[in-house]
Amino acid sequence: MDVGLFAQYVMNGLMLGMMYTLVAVGFTLFFGVLDIIKFSHGDVLTVGAFTALATYIGLRSAGVGSTPLLLLAMLVVAILAMAALGMLIARYLVMPLRSAPALNTLLITLMLGTVLRELVRLFYPQGANPKPFPALLPTASINLGQFNLRLDNALMLAAGGLAIVGLQLLLNRTKLGLAIRAVAQDEETARTMGVNFTAVVLITFAIGSALAAYAGIMNGLYYNEINFGMGLYLGVIGFAAAIIGGLGSIYGAILGGFLFAALQTIGTVALPFASAYKDVFAFTVVIALIAWRPTGLIQEKISERV
Amino acid sequence: MSRIARQLSFIFASALFVGALVATAQAKDKVKVGFIGPLTGGVSANGLGGRNSADLAVKLRNADAKAKYEYELVVLDDECKPNVAVQVATKMAADKEIVAAATHYCSATAIATVDVYHKFGFPIIVWGAVLPDITYRAKYAEVHRVNGTMINQNDANAELISKIGFKNVAVIHDTTDYGKGHNEYFSKAFAKLGGKIVGTFGVTADQQDFTAELTQIKALNPEVIYFGGLTPIGVRIRSQMDKLGIKAVFDGTSGIVSDAFIQGLGPLAEGSLAFREGAPTEKLPGGKFFMENYAAQKYDNPPEAYGAFSFAAMDLILDSIEKVGPDRKKVIEELANVKERDSIVGKVTFDDHGQNTVAVITKYVVQDGKFVEWDDSEYATGKRKLPGQK
Repeated sequence: MDVGLFAQYVMNGLMLGMMYTLVAVGFTLFFGVLDIIKFSHGDVLTVGAFTALATYIGLRSAGVGSTPLLLLAMLVVAILAMAALGMLIARYLVMPLRSAPALNTLLITLMLGTVLRELVRLFYPQGANPKPFPALLPTASINLGQFNLRLDNALMLAAGGLAIVGLQLLLNRTKLGLAIRAVAQDEETARTMGVNFTAVVLITFAIGSALAAYAGIMNGLYYNEINFGMGLYLGVIGFAAAIIGGLGSIYGAILGGFLFAALQTIGTVALPFASAYKDVFAFTVVIALIAWRPTGLIQEKISERV
Repeated sequence: MSRIARQLSFIFASALFVGALVATAQAKDKVKVGFIGPLTGGVSANGLGGRNSADLAVKLRNADAKAKYEYELVVLDDECKPNVAVQVATKMAADKEIVAAATHYCSATAIATVDVYHKFGFPIIVWGAVLPDITYRAKYAEVHRVNGTMINQNDANAELISKIGFKNVAVIHDTTDYGKGHNEYFSKAFAKLGGKIVGTFGVTADQQDFTAELTQIKALNPEVIYFGGLTPIGVRIRSQMDKLGIKAVFDGTSGIVSDAFIQGLGPLAEGSLAFREGAPTEKLPGGKFFMENYAAQKYDNPPEAYGAFSFAAMDLILDSIEKVGPDRKKVIEELANVKERDSIVGKVTFDDHGQNTVAVITKYVVQDGKFVEWDDSEYATGKRKLPGQK
């Protein structure tokens, strides 16, 4: 295979993997602190992307023309709004069900996901149609044979990496991170040591949902198109990625996200059969991996879950 | 007037008004007719446009003093999913009060439900789905279709691009019956004209990322990328082609002829090709009448490409019920006799399979944010050029 072509596949795979990873990290965070699966995560991503788009349209019609300013405003508004949404979901849907079977939380968030999705479709103007998302990053590109490296893609990849490194630092180097890890490890003990359990859970949901908004904007900037159904598929893949990596482990989520993207790319490119089967291939490998390592590739340590 | 008197007169007036409503409602027998289309999901823009158009046909009929019955439209959502479609089709067909229906935009749902309609003896007219098998796989007296099939549009498509001088085409199609059908008929027609299909890629109908497929296509270096599928992934593929620096012509089917395609892409839509059976709504015999009445109802969504067909299908059903009464068997017999019938989409003639034999295909190219007929476009005169056009 041509080197340029190979580089292009790697770049495509990395971008895809970065988005899966950002979603998978959210699943892992929620599972870490509360041992629950929050299935509306993908749809929070959709709402985040649409919030950003609405902010963009609002500011443009108010006469703001500066691209960096627009991008910054979109990020701030979408991230804050989704953090708030995440906290609301945690406070009024997830926490009241703490003593109920975990299945109930899974079901209720699954239904919430449908509600969010349909709300976007019904209440966003012409929400049923795919929406163009503005390209706000510099689109300069270098052509190296078959390889087309675009500056915006490189920037997004870097931004995604920074977000994950930032999260890692937050969890491991700050007092808040310590509290989150304490709750993840043992709720009772953490409470007796003076950790405000409710606050920690709410903050964790805020962080996870903010990451979803971030991933949603990245998705929009990358594909220049968003639609109300985008979160469903990303949610399923992000969840699968978190599981194969090892639910509860950040490194597992990263590994799972990139692994899934690699599987899909290989499924399209390297296998002799039609590309239509790439998801069949990717999910089959996931099933095999889960059968082989039921707790994920990176095993959850008893002492640490975030 | 004292307050009490005012209140009393208000109550009295309301009672009169309600009484009047009841009186008109009682004057005519109520007859239920149905509509099924994708009202939620990715192609719901087309479904809602079709629903509004069918609703318009019913409203206009109800406003007509000469109509013998008072019609009520029952609307169900097939979500463009075959499994859901079979459920709602069964629900509608099993309701004996519903006499007939205009059904389905998505081929995958229409083909999945024809057996249901046949089993229940429920007359339907397909208003948007283009897969030939819907009318031609079996000979069901219940099943009719006002729009044409995808065979005709793919013949026209292959003819146009080989006339322009393109020889190498890569095909992307969704893996529903709809996309597979397009792939089959287009590839056949194009090969017959001496063209070469350099690669064929099946994709799922809700896929988001096409960079892997498109990178492969880039290496194959085709002049044209043919896309057999619907608007949402059409938008994604076209915009990702640009990301990867692919300069080929984007050649779509009737599935992308919608305002949503242009809105979703903005300037990138320029130069995309598409094909559709029948003439454009504004050039139809009853196009002006339809558009004016549609606008008067102030619906939230535009009628989209197949709205006029939905209206025509519903109108044909209402005509038949007016003539033979609200009886399924008689309506089926009546629909079998439709020959050279005037409708807003032109003359309708059902062949022995219930297929309308319209052969007119409109060729479109996107020019300045609009689907323009190819022959009227600046691309045909040579003023503008598609990428690679000589």
